Amino acid sequence: MQAWTLKNISEQILRMRLGKPLVFTACLIPLICYGYWFFTDSLGANPIEAITRRAGDWALRFLLITLAISPLRKLTGWQGFARYRRMLGLFSFFYVCVHLSLYVTLDKFFDLAEIIEDVIDRPFITVGFTAFVLLIPLAATSTNRMVEVLQHRWTQLHRLVYVVAMLAVLHFWWMVKIDTREPAIYAAVLAVLLGFRLMFYLKRKLQETE
Amino acid sequence: MLLKTTRACDIRESQVTDESLYKARRKFMQGTAALAGASMLPASTLWPGPARAAFNFGDIEKSGFSTAEELNSFEDITSYNNFYELGTKKGDPKRNAHRLVTKPWSIRVDGECGKPGDYDLEDFIPAPRLEERIYRLRCVEAWSMVIPWVGVELGPVLKRFEPTSKAKYVQFFTLHDPKNLPGQRRSVLDWPYREGLRMDEAMHPLTILAVGLYGKEMPNQNGAPLRLVVPWKYGFKSIKSIVRVHFTESQPATSWNQSAPREYGFYSNVNPAVNHPRWSQKRERRIGEILKRETLPFNGYAEQVADLYAGMDLKKHF
Repeated sequence: MQAWTLKNISEQILRMRLGKPLVFTACLIPLICYGYWFFTDSLGANPIEAITRRAGDWALRFLLITLAISPLRKLTGWQGFARYRRMLGLFSFFYVCVHLSLYVTLDKFFDLAEIIEDVIDRPFITVGFTAFVLLIPLAATSTNRMVEVLQHRWTQLHRLVYVVAMLAVLHFWWMVKIDTREPAIYAAVLAVLLGFRLMFYLKRKLQETE
Repeated sequence: MLLKTTRACDIRESQVTDESLYKARRKFMQGTAALAGASMLPASTLWPGPARAAFNFGDIEKSGFSTAEELNSFEDITSYNNFYELGTKKGDPKRNAHRLVTKPWSIRVDGECGKPGDYDLEDFIPAPRLEERIYRLRCVEAWSMVIPWVGVELGPVLKRFEPTSKAKYVQFFTLHDPKNLPGQRRSVLDWPYREGLRMDEAMHPLTILAVGLYGKEMPNQNGAPLRLVVPWKYGFKSIKSIVRVHFTESQPATSWNQSAPREYGFYSNVNPAVNHPRWSQKRERRIGEILKRETLPFNGYAEQVADLYAGMDLKKHF
């Protein structure tokens, strides 16, 4: 009988090929919960605003979780995290799509003129929309086939995710009226995640010159 | 994401007395106090709190200024609030409502007037005949509600303090009590919250001081015990929990204008033609409805108030 260590459990999960189905199901939990609460009218007085914002929250959270994968890999030495990165990134894109569709349908009711005005005139929507547009090529090139086709350009292209993450945090920051505590938390997490990359980069440069 | 931290001293939902029970208890107390009164004892010496009810909610007049639109529920009106003194999220004011101490309550009157002084709530509005005013409330955040306020017209209340000819404006201040009000421990706004009206706006018959809603005493999260309601202006003009009234000759400072002058003007009349820099004001979501409705100039009260602003460029004086 093996000990119930985290390592043993995760290895067992991998052997049974349960990793991805488990992560996939976990990623759907916010959708299921908020969908349930929405249709049972338990999201308060303004449920449309609530689900739109929560979808945005989860898009940003999945983006940050995706960005946490490679630092985690380097810090723990366990390469297994990498296999979930694509799925997590695509879930971020999925929640962005939910967030945007709620805005287009329930908030603006397909009023294209007003949506265009928002995108042009309101900086927080301009940056949010830009982040969405920049995510499209990343989602579209997420297949194994595209990685092969694009080769080193794939890596370059996917560095866009750093820009997207910064725009997404800015979108949140500029949206709140005055109390910036919550976007500040996301900004801090992003700063740490980007900080790790800078640290690894400098370390590599230092080793190269030695 | 909620940033709620529970402290040992926080009251849990389950520990809060149910409203009906609480009201029943209050009725009992009032009954007891009335008995005491009958036996020639001053009620206030026996029970200085609720028994000294300032306002008679049993006798509320209807008003011709009321709208016939469908009311928002008591639940919606009291659980979706902007009252930053009690927290910046919509659910915070209800959760922290018990932190607002409303008894005793006094109001300071000062500035350009003949009768400055500190007045108890009862003396500030002595023996009022309460009116029900069902008004639309349009928040600057593009949502709206229909609320049955209970209160009195502001004009006659102000006149009793004999504003002088120099009193061109009146400024109001909310309670400053950072010990109890959790939101005031951080400087999201420059506390205390302040608002102001031009004298003719203050004297307009639509402008009221509300002391209750749905025929009952004002819930704390809605600005107990006394708040302003100016239905043709964005909600933030209708200052809550007023402790000071200041008559002044020059246009007074107002909190949101001080914090972001480009986004919130002194007048802040509801105006679909002037967008907030960060969102459109053309439409609004009536709480409880799915599709947005058109926002009306002066929140639908143009007929009554538009002439207050005759000749003014409302895009400039937003």
